Amino acid sequence: MRPPCDPSKFVAEIIKNVPPSGIRRFFDLVSGLEDVISLGVGEPDFITPWHIREMCIHSLEKGQTSYTSNYGLPELRDELSRTYYRRYGLDYDPASEILVTTGVSEAIDIALRAVVNPGDEVIVVQPAYVAYVPAVVLAGGKPVIVSTHRDDEFRLTAEVLKPAITSKTRAIVLNFPNNPTGAIMIREDLEDIADLVAEHDLFVISDEVYECLTYEGKHIPFSSLEGMKERTVMLNGFSKAYAMTGLRLGFAMGAPEIIRSMMMIHQYSMLCAPITAQIGALEALRNGNDEMERMVREYDRRRHFVVRGFNRIGLDCFTPKGAFYAFPYVGATGLSSGEFSERLLNEKRVVAIPGDVFGEAGEGFLRCAYAASMDDLKKAINRMGEFVDGL
Amino acid sequence: MDEKIRHILEILENDARASPDEIAALTDMTAQEVSQAIAKLEETGVIRHYKTIIDWDLVGENYVYAVIELKVTLERNQGYQVIAERIYKFPEVRSVRLLSGDYDISLTVRGRSMKDVAFFVAEKIATLDQVQNTATHFVLKTYKEDGVILHEPEAIKRLPVSL
Repeated sequence: MRPPCDPSKFVAEIIKNVPPSGIRRFFDLVSGLEDVISLGVGEPDFITPWHIREMCIHSLEKGQTSYTSNYGLPELRDELSRTYYRRYGLDYDPASEILVTTGVSEAIDIALRAVVNPGDEVIVVQPAYVAYVPAVVLAGGKPVIVSTHRDDEFRLTAEVLKPAITSKTRAIVLNFPNNPTGAIMIREDLEDIADLVAEHDLFVISDEVYECLTYEGKHIPFSSLEGMKERTVMLNGFSKAYAMTGLRLGFAMGAPEIIRSMMMIHQYSMLCAPITAQIGALEALRNGNDEMERMVREYDRRRHFVVRGFNRIGLDCFTPKGAFYAFPYVGATGLSSGEFSERLLNEKRVVAIPGDVFGEAGEGFLRCAYAASMDDLKKAINRMGEFVDGL
Repeated sequence: MDEKIRHILEILENDARASPDEIAALTDMTAQEVSQAIAKLEETGVIRHYKTIIDWDLVGENYVYAVIELKVTLERNQGYQVIAERIYKFPEVRSVRLLSGDYDISLTVRGRSMKDVAFFVAEKIATLDQVQNTATHFVLKTYKEDGVILHEPEAIKRLPVSL
């Protein structure tokens, strides 16, 4: 008889060091409840535009189900290169400076693994999407948190960034337009940050997946700043702009050395991004602009609606200029973010994500995704108003 | 076009009953500003009309619709406008369009029965001097009307929480 075994001892130390996700418990709370309105979803409520889905279906009918180049379909990389030249004058060589990935999530992981040495410090600007800190840890780096503030409308300033930079700092992870705050950057702050990046010889991983969801002013890619192209890998994808979340398609643009290093990991872990999604992405770039702009205008209207709504029911909310999240302040009610959202769910059946899930800097706030139908948004704000009145 | 005006028009195109208050909340304007903007759009003819799309079948009013294609001959000094005017004045005629291609004019006709529609075409349209010939296509089912899908399948469910 062989001895019994406890499989947990086979779990690697590095996994044990990954901080637990604050959201798991919330999942369990929601499941089983009826008549729930969710503002907790980080994806569009639109379905992928029909012309994109139709192109994917057509490609399947034709039997396009093979592997592609590790870097991604050449036509897709060509189109990406042209698109970014047209939008921003950015010049990326489709043969060596673009990698198509399985969503931006994969790109975050392999970008960090491609540049971080064991023990390197990587600055993560919070409140931020929840994947960055674990991805830094898994890459063997040490996350260093920098917090943005409500008074700056959650923009990163050189002032708060500078003290976090040490001799061990390797890279900074930026995410603007930002999930969860909806913040965007302004040129003045970006230039100051670029100065710091150059002065301290840092690398920038810039997750710009909400690029197209910029409602006021024009998005500024970090790599478009003078002297920043070689120091930056821009990560982006099709999920948010073209409502293609489940198709899992992203891309990275950067210097050939960085893109090649990322491809080294990608080729052995993913081989290539799914071909059906790549074909859909190509169609999105070629013919998807009108539909994308239509969705963006729709989000823009909902944005005004929810911001006005939150302020009316007494939750102070600044006007986010990007993404599809509003980030109202609930601290004035005397409840923590976690208490507020848990009671809101139990008493009024509305899901909103407590801000502290996205880092300590998010405490006191609530992430409310307005990528939901107008009916749901109206109901959610009414219920939240009743909840606040009843406190 | 002004962005705010575009927003107002898109909202109304989708929902003619949206109130100035509702539109104001969606566009970061005051209700008064919205009312003024709409009044001006109505005055200048940008907004032509507000209407409702009705599924008459559901209340047992089984209207019959037909698309009629017409080939016409133009008389001296008379454009298509004259024949179009003669035709669109009949209340049975729901739409009139000038087309490129084999036929010149396409109309939609509504009646209470196929016989009704057929007689209307035979007596009122085919007999017009300018009309050379007609082709009548009865509508069997309407899937989408002016941008509105009439019987949409159930929506796909998203996860209630995702980051």
